[in-house]
Amino acid sequence: MSLDPEYIEYPKRKRGMDHDFYPYSNLFSRPKIAWDDGKELLVWPVISLEYFPMVPNDDPFRAPGHMQTAYPDYRHYTAREYGTRIGIYRLLDAFEKRGIAVSVAMNAALAQRYPQLAADIVSGGHEIIAHSVDMNGTIAGGMDETRESELIAKSFDLLESATGKRPQGWLSIARSQSFNTPRLLVEAGARYMCDWVNDELPYQFDTASGPITNIPLNHELSDRQIINVQQHSMDSYAEQIRDASDWLLEEAAEYGGRMLPLHLTPYISGLPFRIGAFEQLIEELAENARIGFATGEALLDQSQAG
Amino acid sequence: MSAQKSDPGLYEYQPYRGRRKLVWPEGKTCAVWVAPNLEFYELDPPANPNRKSWPKPHPDVVGYSHRDHANRISHWRMAEMMSRHGFPGSVSLSVALCDHIPEVVADARDRGWEFFSHGIYNTRYSYGMDEAQERAIIEDSIATVERATGQRIRGWLAPALTHTPRTLDLLAEYGLDYTCDLYHDDQPTQINVAKGSLTAIPYSLEVNDHYGFFIYNMSPREYADTLIRQYDRLADEGANSGTVMCIPLHSYLIGQPHRIGAFERVLEHIAGDGRAWITTAGAIVDSFEEQSV
Repeated sequence: MSLDPEYIEYPKRKRGMDHDFYPYSNLFSRPKIAWDDGKELLVWPVISLEYFPMVPNDDPFRAPGHMQTAYPDYRHYTAREYGTRIGIYRLLDAFEKRGIAVSVAMNAALAQRYPQLAADIVSGGHEIIAHSVDMNGTIAGGMDETRESELIAKSFDLLESATGKRPQGWLSIARSQSFNTPRLLVEAGARYMCDWVNDELPYQFDTASGPITNIPLNHELSDRQIINVQQHSMDSYAEQIRDASDWLLEEAAEYGGRMLPLHLTPYISGLPFRIGAFEQLIEELAENARIGFATGEALLDQSQAG
Repeated sequence: MSAQKSDPGLYEYQPYRGRRKLVWPEGKTCAVWVAPNLEFYELDPPANPNRKSWPKPHPDVVGYSHRDHANRISHWRMAEMMSRHGFPGSVSLSVALCDHIPEVVADARDRGWEFFSHGIYNTRYSYGMDEAQERAIIEDSIATVERATGQRIRGWLAPALTHTPRTLDLLAEYGLDYTCDLYHDDQPTQINVAKGSLTAIPYSLEVNDHYGFFIYNMSPREYADTLIRQYDRLADEGANSGTVMCIPLHSYLIGQPHRIGAFERVLEHIAGDGRAWITTAGAIVDSFEEQSV
């Protein structure tokens, strides 16, 4: 028995990355970033607002949080709808009472289905990030390019027509892309995407159709990862976010501005028994004069201004 | 390839009770070594028929970019903290990192760390290799690390823990001194090999940060407590016969901003305890072999 000889050949074994999307870069050797108003740490809340059709199509894969039982899966359909009816408003209130604008990564179908929800997000001064069309709108390697391109365009177009503004950013479902996604996002007019988790500051991604910024939305710090996957309490989540902000503030003093992404899910963090500890966390972060809050667009503008 | 064996005959059974006394330098009771895995994963590797490289179709954006966080950010965070508290690394190295991101390898070398091979890439598996192919990756590892660091590798942790039944024999034949792939003990063990000799040094899956965070789903502070308990117990028992504690790390996990602060408590605890011989894998193997003569 032996493997194909190709298996111990390494055509891309050379200096730098094994792809052309971005060059290697060490965070600690970059020029320091100075955020507006002298803030040292910018917290970037991103709320994922998701619509799960009760009939999953699994093409190319079934999104996390999707239906699990035989049809009709009322329990998951409605538990996810709890997020778009109740949880989102608890989360928005937690931020709005401190005057904080957040990013909302929204399935475009929700803007059509629930115009009041979209209007409330816009009138609250929040940013909308294009987040596919609905939770059947997943992307993965091998997906037909025309279909992917149409899905991306539809998401941006529907959100633009519902809110009057074309989103500047994109978040893929489960951060899952094909090799074409970054280029198709540039072609759809996106300025940034949030899918790659290899950094802690915005950085440039190159595609055949031009550059796009990746603003890393740390999945390890998401409520889905910590509360749903790792099964920790909201108290533990809040402690972990506090530990992260303490650490990043320490680094900021020496190395320049840092960011702390908070990826939130209304049907997870917006539950009655969790929201109190979450509100308290936001209060504490907001009380700290060294910490500010920013949307993705604001982060992008500030990181490019320097 | 030889037939599969239900007992691989790796070592002699040796119960914990009644062992001869291993003594570490200066009367320390627990030899502590930190094993940072400095890895390079490929975005679009060829398929091994025995194991998929990535759970998702390529590109597996989260899988790849999570690990790329190591080289851009978290290696530097973790390494600086280790140096600050006097812990050298014994590096489990995807040797292709020497080609792709020599900055990281040079940083580890300049800190005085030791290197052993963790294969070429952590996306190329040994399963199914014939002997010539397996010799090629061992020879590649020796040559690549020597060129990049001036060190001749002395140890091996199989790439993504993938082996063949001949791997251990080949390591001994090439003059390597230790393997990190066997988890049967809290002390070093002489391994049965066809010719030459090979020592198994305790590495760990149970207190590996990957297990802590993704198998046992620990919070950062729970993982720190786990390491402290592991150390305290091994330092106690090491008074009878010296024990070994390995802290196997992946910087893209331990170096995340919510975890690294809690980890610092572990290093402070061990460094401040007084019973720890804080050292490298090679030094532990040397001391063990001197006491085995």
